[in-house]
Amino acid sequence: MSWGYAVRRIAQLIPTVAAILLASFLLIHLAPGDPVLALAGEHGDAEYYEFMRDKFGLDQPLHEQLLTYAGNVLTADFGVSYVRGRPVLDVVLERLPATLLLTGAALLLSTVAGLLAGVFTATRRSRVPDLTVSGVLLTLYAAPVFWLGQLAILALALGAGWFPVQGMSTAGSDATGLANAADVAHHLALPAIVLASQEIAAVGRLTRVGLRDELDSDHVRMARAKGLAEATVVVKYGLRRALAPVVTVIGGRVGHLVAGAVIVEVVFGWPGLGRLLVTSTQSRDVPIVLGIFLLVAVTVVVANVITDLCYAWLDPRVRYR
Amino acid sequence: MSATADVPFEPAAPGVGRRRGVLRGVLGTPSGLLGAALTGTLVVVAVFAPALAPYDPFAIDGPVLHPPSVAHPLGTDALGRDLYSGVLYGTRTSLVVAGTVGVLVLLIGALVGAVSGYAGRWADDVLMRLTEAFQVLPRFFLAIVVIAFFGPGIDRLVLVLGFTSWPMLARVVRAEVLSLKQREFIAAAKAHGASNVRVVVREILPNALPAAIALLGLVLAQVILIEASLGFIGLGDPNAMSWGYLANEAQRFLRVAWWLPLFPGLAILLAVLGLNLLGDALTDILGGRR
Repeated sequence: MSWGYAVRRIAQLIPTVAAILLASFLLIHLAPGDPVLALAGEHGDAEYYEFMRDKFGLDQPLHEQLLTYAGNVLTADFGVSYVRGRPVLDVVLERLPATLLLTGAALLLSTVAGLLAGVFTATRRSRVPDLTVSGVLLTLYAAPVFWLGQLAILALALGAGWFPVQGMSTAGSDATGLANAADVAHHLALPAIVLASQEIAAVGRLTRVGLRDELDSDHVRMARAKGLAEATVVVKYGLRRALAPVVTVIGGRVGHLVAGAVIVEVVFGWPGLGRLLVTSTQSRDVPIVLGIFLLVAVTVVVANVITDLCYAWLDPRVRYR
Repeated sequence: MSATADVPFEPAAPGVGRRRGVLRGVLGTPSGLLGAALTGTLVVVAVFAPALAPYDPFAIDGPVLHPPSVAHPLGTDALGRDLYSGVLYGTRTSLVVAGTVGVLVLLIGALVGAVSGYAGRWADDVLMRLTEAFQVLPRFFLAIVVIAFFGPGIDRLVLVLGFTSWPMLARVVRAEVLSLKQREFIAAAKAHGASNVRVVVREILPNALPAAIALLGLVLAQVILIEASLGFIGLGDPNAMSWGYLANEAQRFLRVAWWLPLFPGLAILLAVLGLNLLGDALTDILGGRR
């Protein structure tokens, strides 16, 4: 990977983040009525309206408002939620760990399980197991996340009783340390599997295609001819080169994963950012909704850049046009 | 009649013969056939929902939380509303959203892709950077922000999804235009004095669009999933019966009514699967570089 590419790709973050800022700013002013009402809701008191007017500089000319807004956002100041009576950042940070745990677990799970599924289908020469797994992957890819979650609750939590139905830990439990971690892991298992399912399908399909191509290539045939064990051939000669496009999918789908987390949190009553976003939208608590949107948008954009850099590092042919 | 009408550089618009070939190609593979059948069913159900549904989906006229029976094939909800009618009418909402978003996406994607590919140079650079920026924009979250500001509704949902779902299409159209503009019949059209706009609209776009339309199936499948997801978290249009709304209602009765979550989700799965399979089959035949 050339440094020039890295620098330019990172520099490209600036216009993208600026566009996100501008889009959210425009929405505030496109909303019907007084922008302070759009931001603060209709049930605030005079003091709070005054505070928000001041915070967003709503008395200033539009271009100065934009600068004030950009300054606020870039210093992670998203204002104060009237509904909760607290700064947006405090509320968001409080919920962030639960969501990070859920999405992190799902990302790890989808990578491992997706690769395994891809290798399994690509190396079967008989059609039945290949077709079965391919069919399952195709179905997972088309199934709505909330439906998978609801079915998982019906079958595995309410039905078999293997998993808890809701929440992140057993209510009223005062377990600490290892016992607490085990309890959280038990609650995490089902939501993480459900959230990972679509990514498993995506990673699996891509690995399968890439590996199939590699396994038919000359250098793999050569490795086989040398008498190497099939597992060595697949992992060392096939998978290594098939991995590069998989990396782009894993990184590029962080956005899907975060969006899926919102749904999964609602299905499983997981106390993260997603549920905060949904309840805040329903109560028109705009400062929180806007804060979460900006946080997610920037995260996704940065994740894409990191992905591109990893890809360029794996495949030196990548050049910035 | 224009001066170029009698000149034999014919293979511009895909002819009837090619269309027959596409149809045979799609229906000739099991997955293409399944995709076409599912998508066809989706459209038929959406159009004829009022005739097919035995009840008004919002009418309270059955036993409460009744499992599937002859009178209510998919059961009833906590208010005694017929789930079968709800699922049928939900098809309508999904298809209206997907259809209108599809038109917007096709228009914007074709415009951006054609200008980018045909004009080249700085216009291409600017438009492709713009496309990349839109591609990483989290659509689902942007839709939620819009709903937080403007309240739920189909119209704003269509606008948000339409104005954010075009980047993949623009890329495909651009790639097609780039390869088409090197071809001889384009040079021939130019030699006959056709303007740039005419060349793009009459000669290039008709040949670039099939690949874009093939991809449209995959894009609309995602749009249906997003629309349903918004409905599920309670942010759908309250005046329209939708699959997401039904799934949202089901969430509170998971312990007592398995049919409530099962059938709306199954309908979404079949719709998305159908569009994905059809899109894949069309892409295989019509090509399209992503």
